[in-house]
Amino acid sequence: MSDEITIEIDGRPLKARKGQMLIEVADAHGIRIPRFCYHPKLSVAANCRMCLVEVEKAPKPLPACATPVADGMKVYTRSPKALAAQKATMEFLLINHPLDCPICDQGGECELQDLAMGYGRDVSRFAERKRVVPDPDLGPLVATDMTRCIHCTRCVRFGEEIAGIKELGATGRGEDMRIGTYVQHALTSELSGNVIDLCPVGALTSKPFRFRARPWELIQHEGIAPHDVVGSNIHLHTLRGRVLRVVPHDNEEINETWLSDRDRFSYEGLYAPDRLERPQLREGAVLQEVEWETALEQAAERLKAVVAAHGPEAVGALASPSATVEELYLLQKLVRALGSGNVDHRLRQGDFGADAAMPLAPGLGMPIPELERVEAALLVGSNIRMDQPLLGLRLRKAGMRGAEIMVLNPVDYDFHFPVARRLIADPPGMVRGLAAVAAALARHSDMAPPPAVAGLVAAAKAGPPEHEAVAESLRRAGSAVVIVGAQAHASPWFGALRLLAGYVAQAAEATLAELPFGANPAGAWLAGAVPHRGPGGRPAEPAGLDARAMLEQPRKAYILLGVEPERDAWNPAAAARALGEAELVIHIAPWLSEAGRRWAHVALPAAAFAETSGTFVNADGRWQAFAGAARPVGEARPAWKILRVLATLLDLAGFDYDDPEQVRAEVREAVAEAGEPAGAVAAVALPEGAGGGLWRVGDVPIYAVDALVRRSGPLQRTVHAVDAALRVAPATAARLGLAAGERVRVRQDGTMAEMEVVIEPRVAEGCALIHAAVPGSEALGPAVGPMEVVRG
Amino acid sequence: MSAAGQGTAAASGRALLDEKVRAEIDDWVRRFPPERKRSAVLSALRIVQHHNGGHLTVPLMDAVADYLGIEPISVYEVATFYSMLETRPVGRHHISVCTNVSCMLRGGEEILRHIERRLGIKVGESTPDGRFYLKREEECLAACCGAPMMQIDHVYYENLTPEKVDEILDRLERGDE
Repeated sequence: MSDEITIEIDGRPLKARKGQMLIEVADAHGIRIPRFCYHPKLSVAANCRMCLVEVEKAPKPLPACATPVADGMKVYTRSPKALAAQKATMEFLLINHPLDCPICDQGGECELQDLAMGYGRDVSRFAERKRVVPDPDLGPLVATDMTRCIHCTRCVRFGEEIAGIKELGATGRGEDMRIGTYVQHALTSELSGNVIDLCPVGALTSKPFRFRARPWELIQHEGIAPHDVVGSNIHLHTLRGRVLRVVPHDNEEINETWLSDRDRFSYEGLYAPDRLERPQLREGAVLQEVEWETALEQAAERLKAVVAAHGPEAVGALASPSATVEELYLLQKLVRALGSGNVDHRLRQGDFGADAAMPLAPGLGMPIPELERVEAALLVGSNIRMDQPLLGLRLRKAGMRGAEIMVLNPVDYDFHFPVARRLIADPPGMVRGLAAVAAALARHSDMAPPPAVAGLVAAAKAGPPEHEAVAESLRRAGSAVVIVGAQAHASPWFGALRLLAGYVAQAAEATLAELPFGANPAGAWLAGAVPHRGPGGRPAEPAGLDARAMLEQPRKAYILLGVEPERDAWNPAAAARALGEAELVIHIAPWLSEAGRRWAHVALPAAAFAETSGTFVNADGRWQAFAGAARPVGEARPAWKILRVLATLLDLAGFDYDDPEQVRAEVREAVAEAGEPAGAVAAVALPEGAGGGLWRVGDVPIYAVDALVRRSGPLQRTVHAVDAALRVAPATAARLGLAAGERVRVRQDGTMAEMEVVIEPRVAEGCALIHAAVPGSEALGPAVGPMEVVRG
Repeated sequence: MSAAGQGTAAASGRALLDEKVRAEIDDWVRRFPPERKRSAVLSALRIVQHHNGGHLTVPLMDAVADYLGIEPISVYEVATFYSMLETRPVGRHHISVCTNVSCMLRGGEEILRHIERRLGIKVGESTPDGRFYLKREEECLAACCGAPMMQIDHVYYENLTPEKVDEILDRLERGDE
């Protein structure tokens, strides 16, 4: 502790570390120094001068944010000299600041307003004209009133230092200085909304929230963000039972002080026009609104009839990976009590071959902050920046510190960190590539690859030098991670990729991270919403069909919980066939899409995110419970209650829960008793490379991942909301004779769709990137699979 | 790492910098450590402006950003900050009249008014014939001992009177023909 020193602030002796800035020490001890430009997560700019304090022996006041502490330093934050300096700064800041607080969205939660109360004069001495600054259009998320800007540059530093994409800058100088993009364009960062929180004045505010309410009218509720495995902590702000905005809730262990735009603006989808407000029942060809009682009785009766006629295995249940632990548990309990094992939440997964060998639940394998400290990382089928924005941010920190981040992807994604090695390959090429990395590691390891993939590793013996280098880098690093992402899950050889990744991590003494889509995949595994395992990982009896098989081998009855198979399924064409022909589709969700309207027989309106209580288990295994914050729309009811009543009407025992905590406790108990599951997996083989083919790779764009985000108007107006197109590399286009802008027909697995050709060099050769879950690809088959282009 | 979403202009940008310009920029790039390549941005902009007849355009700034591997906005920041860099077409001769304290006391503002009258333009404007550009007055140009003063292109003119200014402008006009 040799670098510990003692300083004195306002007469209080305080311990500090050498190199700390005065303001950090003051903050740590609750001594409040006014500030605008300083932010603990950003570099020190020292340009607002609001934090001037008096330091003994210094001739002039010093900015506390940029003054390193020194042993014996005596600081006065409220002395006449310090106060005079702070008040003078405030006077200058207010010279050009408009007096429009009554019409400013920041009013009531404005740092400038608050500090002006303490340090401002009653009457301005400035009689000259104030400057006026035109407002740039930064897109659908961030509203601008740049006349209010005080040039703290927090937003500029955020882009440069945190988001890794500098879009805002300070152009001009002196009185002509302004913050903007200079050349008009919408912000493209997936984290852009954070500048709203950072802006200490009303220059950058939330566009969707604009003029909707005053901050003091809002009621603040705690919540958990529902779109990715981070489980960001949020505050939901409601007015008269409706969610009006979402802001981050600081949690250093999870989201720090940030929030992805997806988590911040998705609430706008809650009140979409296709919100299901009352239960509906199909009578002949049409859906009719009915009473809850009728709907539930009918659902139970018709389900019983299907079971009686075709046996319980004719029933299948598909749940959203963003459903709560309680909902998933009750769903699997209901289905299994009926005698069926067909329950799954992995709608986007392409292969289930490794199911038996999976651990209890997928996750990061380490606490989230540890990701910042890895020295090497291998991304296997992951666009971590867009799939898990805040984990991407953590990995970026590691990358900026020099970690070697390597990728094995079908698309050379645009990352915000330096990429040390890129292995860009088609789907079978990814398996071979990972096998080559495994083979290189096997030579240095006394651990043998798992039998199921031993053949693949053996075949990859003569690994190319690039794969050798990846293996070397993982092996050398003091702490390394292998991240299996959403693109890997969509592969028809996910099992092989997962087993190989597991072996690579083991042999390199690295951590294995598995990051599927959804807010609660870990919770789904633990609650038993997988066909081969019950709650707590117990072997399921009977084992049922996985999500893909359930749709490819049509069932007679389906229970859909929070999913829209036309967008959420790995194979939407198969889903449409199966659901279209089913005798009974019970749709439990907050919305009813066009396609859902076609195939639902009973539609039960469920409370949406923010309207229901529940629990999500995040990437580092944290159980985060939350309460409902907003009033459910119409007659919507929490899904756990719907499932409970449905089970009771089905005469199933063991569903007498009074509140979701009892359900959670039951899952907790099952998990506490769980052992590490083990099971054998069948050997995996790859098809012999038949050259000249074309592979569809269908990743899911950031704002298409689930029903809520797909309905958020503001997010759907960003550059990240794209329709399906045939995106191919120039060489692939040349080989197939495709020209940019041309409209072609795409044939896949007996399906057909027409779309535009877009040339994108980042796509692996021999692949066509056709996004899944977006308009234009609903009619197509597997997200990843062979396809062809048809002319004429 | 690249500036996502802004890369479209940059891809074709490099072609805007011809070999000679690139060689000159490279000469400056070499003076900085490789990871501080961005330090060459000021010189690069000066070079590009010189070869583009005295002003910068957005495609040219994007080309510089691409060439130095920095985000376009970082280049815009520099280009708009420094008064010797122009981001719109301006007249050939850049006139800056000092009106800071020393020059003001010695009649700098009259000199400025005289030039405005003679050229028929206001500060910040260029003459329609494209000959003269009356820049927004500079802050002190460090020639107080010769106040009032002005700078035209790279030359200082001191102890000015309206007659002397006329002479200088006459000479420049003749020189152009």
